[in-house]
Amino acid sequence: MPPRGEAAEGRIGGTTPAVAVAQATKTFDNGTRALEAIDLDIRPGEFVTVLGPSGCGKSTLLHMIAGLLAPTSGTIRWWGGPWSATGTDGRRLAMVFQAPTLMPWARLDANVRLPLELAGAGHAKTEASVREALALVGLTEFARHYPRQLSGGMQMRASIARALVTRPDLLLMDEPFGALDEFTRQHLDIELASLWLKRKLTIVFVTHSIQEAVFLSTRVVVMGPRPGRLIDDVAIDEPHPRGDAFRVSTRFAGYAQRLSAAVARACGGHPGDEACAGAPASGP
Amino acid sequence: MSAGGGRSFGFDRAAPLIVALLVIGAWQAATVAWDVPAWLVPSPLEVGRTLIADRALLAASLGVTLSIALAALAIAIVLGVAIALAFVQSRWIETAFTPYVVLLQVTPIVAIAPLIIIWVHDTRIALILCAVVVAIFPIVSDTTLGLRSVDPRLLDLFRMNRATRWQVLARLRIPSALPAFFGGLRIAGGLSLIGAVVAEFVAGTGGQGAGLAYQILMAGIQLNIPRLFAALVLITLAGVALHVALAWLSRRALAHWHESELAER
Repeated sequence: MPPRGEAAEGRIGGTTPAVAVAQATKTFDNGTRALEAIDLDIRPGEFVTVLGPSGCGKSTLLHMIAGLLAPTSGTIRWWGGPWSATGTDGRRLAMVFQAPTLMPWARLDANVRLPLELAGAGHAKTEASVREALALVGLTEFARHYPRQLSGGMQMRASIARALVTRPDLLLMDEPFGALDEFTRQHLDIELASLWLKRKLTIVFVTHSIQEAVFLSTRVVVMGPRPGRLIDDVAIDEPHPRGDAFRVSTRFAGYAQRLSAAVARACGGHPGDEACAGAPASGP
Repeated sequence: MSAGGGRSFGFDRAAPLIVALLVIGAWQAATVAWDVPAWLVPSPLEVGRTLIADRALLAASLGVTLSIALAALAIAIVLGVAIALAFVQSRWIETAFTPYVVLLQVTPIVAIAPLIIIWVHDTRIALILCAVVVAIFPIVSDTTLGLRSVDPRLLDLFRMNRATRWQVLARLRIPSALPAFFGGLRIAGGLSLIGAVVAEFVAGTGGQGAGLAYQILMAGIQLNIPRLFAALVLITLAGVALHVALAWLSRRALAHWHESELAER
């Protein structure tokens, strides 16, 4: 295992990390050790993908970064402060979940408006923000539709619009496109990358797709299972925006191979291990 | 009878009616064929005649029974929803009080009714109380279940956005609970009528506020079987009407998101 924390700090210095995870562990009430001590800094403007097989605790880590789950030991700081200090300008968090997670009884615009309303903003004030967020994901003409009337991909975009409506600085995404078909997924990957550029977002993205990780990220963190721990930290030094040409380039294949090997290593030479069942096979 | 109506939507509605007509026809034919006396099994025609002849008496009784059932249903809704809301506020309240709600539900109303009738002086209020006891359980249990079955990711979303307890309740738990609530309401509607009728049987009160149960009781004693059947028919029709009305209400409240068909605008 490489000494991850030092590597990250050595590479980028200066600005306060958007998220600083220090020696954070998680043991659930039933005694399951989900995460071994994790050190991870997310710098402002980074697109960090957390990659790993099912059951390696990447979703747990993301929930901890979201402030939804407290670490058993260790600390997490957001822009140098506690979670309670987030939610103000320059320190906003938003999360996109595995499923669209829209309220089925509310029209799309009402769904997107929700975070603003929970923050106490009046209906009139939110109108422009909601329209802008829907336009950003190309759903303007579906504002008055109910979630059920839309395809899975459109629902996911609505979910992203809802996350963006508060103009977050840090966007957390938990395998957001995992349930979508490959075509829709690639399309949304491109849209997400351009949103990240346009909005100067910091994104932490969880996936078990190596292709998605290489295509989107500035940096990929590989996790291994049982207990969840960091295995590798790979910078993807490629300019954005990236297009289909990058997908078929040899450099893309090189990154993919390196990550693939790391994931295989994460599974610790137990290819039949159930925890690694979701892991992609290492390159030929 | 011609069956040329087609077998799509119209057929679905016509089928139960055709069955009803067949059964009533067979009943009528049987009473005529075997010359069954009206005091044993009255023919449908005889029942119909009685419905018309005794309409003033029966309509008044129907009004009494229905008003008791509807009042009980209204109280059961308000009280049941309030209890369910209290239950989801704290596990402690739920743990402490659920056994008593179950106790009320498993004790047969005929066993409790005499006590309520003795304790509560006003018969009408006593009958309403009995019907509430019967009708409230499905509302409490279904609404509690509905308030609890919230998508955990939506709950996370609300938490991340620092929603207050009240916001979670009003904007997430209550809307999520509506389908379950309406499921409970439909069952409670039928139960409120059953409760009203059973309680009146136990109370056995007549006079001004006599309901349909009392008419059945008296008709039985007097061997006025056609009137007994007529009252029975009215109770059944009232129950069906209540069910249809609640189903309609539930569809109106949920169709725009539980079935997507109505949403186009």
